Amino acid sequence: MSSLQITNLRKSYGAVEVLKDINLEAESGEFVALVGPSGCGKSTLLSIIAGLESVTSGEVSIEGAVVNNAAPKDRDIAMVFQSYALYPTMTVRQNMTFGMECRNIDKATQKETVARVAALLQIEPLLNRKPGQLSGGQRQRVAMGRALVRDPKLFLFDEPLSNLDAKLRVEMRSEIKKLHQNVGRTTVYVTHDQIEAMTLATRIAVMHQGVLQQYDTPKAIYETPANVFVAGFMGSPNMNFFDAKIVAQGDQFGVVLEGGDGSVLPMPADRYGALSDGQSVTFGVRPEHFSPAHDLRAERKGGVSVVVPVHVDMDEPTGAETILMVQIAGQDATIVCEPDSAPNPGQDMDFEIDMQKISLFDPESGVRL
Amino acid sequence: MAEATHEAFDPLATGSRGRQFRAKATVYGLLIFFALLYLSPLFIIVMNTFRPLEEITREGFISAPGMLSTEYWIEAWSGFCLGGTCEGVSPYFTNTLLMTVPATILSTAFGVVNGYALSKWRFKYDTWVFGLITMGVFLPAQMTLLPWAYVLGKLGLANTIAGLVLVHTVQGVSFTTLFCRNYFVAVPDDLIKAARIDGAGFWRIFRRIILPLSPPILIVCVIWQFTGIWNEFLYGTVLTSGSNQPITSAIVAFSGSGTGQRYYNVEAAAVIFAALPPLFIYLIGGKYFVRGLTSGAVK
Repeated sequence: MSSLQITNLRKSYGAVEVLKDINLEAESGEFVALVGPSGCGKSTLLSIIAGLESVTSGEVSIEGAVVNNAAPKDRDIAMVFQSYALYPTMTVRQNMTFGMECRNIDKATQKETVARVAALLQIEPLLNRKPGQLSGGQRQRVAMGRALVRDPKLFLFDEPLSNLDAKLRVEMRSEIKKLHQNVGRTTVYVTHDQIEAMTLATRIAVMHQGVLQQYDTPKAIYETPANVFVAGFMGSPNMNFFDAKIVAQGDQFGVVLEGGDGSVLPMPADRYGALSDGQSVTFGVRPEHFSPAHDLRAERKGGVSVVVPVHVDMDEPTGAETILMVQIAGQDATIVCEPDSAPNPGQDMDFEIDMQKISLFDPESGVRL
Repeated sequence: MAEATHEAFDPLATGSRGRQFRAKATVYGLLIFFALLYLSPLFIIVMNTFRPLEEITREGFISAPGMLSTEYWIEAWSGFCLGGTCEGVSPYFTNTLLMTVPATILSTAFGVVNGYALSKWRFKYDTWVFGLITMGVFLPAQMTLLPWAYVLGKLGLANTIAGLVLVHTVQGVSFTTLFCRNYFVAVPDDLIKAARIDGAGFWRIFRRIILPLSPPILIVCVIWQFTGIWNEFLYGTVLTSGSNQPITSAIVAFSGSGTGQRYYNVEAAAVIFAALPPLFIYLIGGKYFVRGLTSGAVK
């Protein structure tokens, strides 16, 4: 049975529709990431699941029971807020017991639960402090502790890491993952950071302008994005999009980049299905699917590649890899390559594209072909 | 959160030594001058409470007392004839106390709940409700006199302390609601959401989360209401008479008794009695008053 089911959900504020026909379901124990740019409706969706916002139409059910009109406290959920929302006048211990106190749980059980959760999160030394005396990372832990004492059907996270500095964010990210593996509860996690979504989730829901763009595993979202938006949003640096045309050569199809020298990049046979001669397409290649031609990286992995000439405008070495701003057939593009094999700015060099990994989109609708 | 650790820039501590000295002397000189100017009426009144009447008539108001006598204080408190009785200002002082304390507590209590509901439990047209409540702030007291006289008459509270408590509570709610609502707006909504998910309702959130954050604004409300109601004159004069008047209205009799002699020393002592509680509240609470009006709820 699915733990969370959202059916034909719509939400409007007056004439503005912020969520448009959302359908989503999460299996028990799943970690679902809602990801999208700000204003895409992901936080509203989370608030609706929590019961903090009303539903305009459609249905939300938790473990089979429709909860559209249930109060937040009756939904058996726990939520971690971006601001942590720790009660400022209560100690850490009181913050954690407040919910149990509201549910009339006896003192002995409260004490036991706090001890167990505090041990799990290693916050025992903080129990008698006020939130104002804690660092950002400690507050984050306490906020999670407050959620964990409940042992709910559903954990909700609203951008819990965005107030932390970069190093702490990475640490807490893996803690959350570890925690989810230990506790095994269904989790819905809102983030605007696609890396958080990729690393944490079992399934990712990519949202844009109130519409669910794609709901799939991180691997599927990364490798076969449903449209140009998903392709561009997931992955860093962004996927490159080239204006291109399909040409037929006998029974084979290939791609010709607009503005280039007209050379044909042959397509793998399994992509022929949706293609026709002369069709305009958006040709998408991730920066990491380029590699220096002499490496023959794709071939060594048993793939097919084609070689394109590249002019390097600028480089951004990050240490682990070098990001190159280049021109391919007169169109701007970004390439990621190993620092050792990176050419200098101003140089021309041949790169190969791993053709198994490319994406084709309809230039009008943006939908994957 | 970490406090900003910058030192305040002191413009008086720049430039040459001579400039620094002149700058400081000017600033402090002016401050002391104006402080003395503003304190002088209080000082003169206090001096006169210790002086015999014939000394005042002989030497005038502004003069050091030849001898210190507490006699006139006692007379003002419990012996002086005022409004037909000769018990001094003490009964009227009690009246004012019986009016001010309940009205302060009630108007503050209602204001805190109003402010909480209007800022954290938004409902349709809540801004209209807020606007209507705070309209009382801008309504001149004179305009409400006749309606209040009518209402108190209908309720059987005409010429009673309870009637004044009702008037001051209702009038005061406008201010306390305005103060509290603006203060609570700064409390993050996420706190309320988290508490709702935790299972707390309207009153539990109020008691456990909002009230513990409220002392700064409670102090502001109490000081504002206490001093305002204590010093209030118009309602007391119009809506009550005789032995039911608050002290501010009762001591008007000093100026009204055109017959015979003026007891300046006793009158001065009576005025001090009337002014002492608000003065005391300002002295101990002034610091918190400014702090409460300027600080946010959650730092």
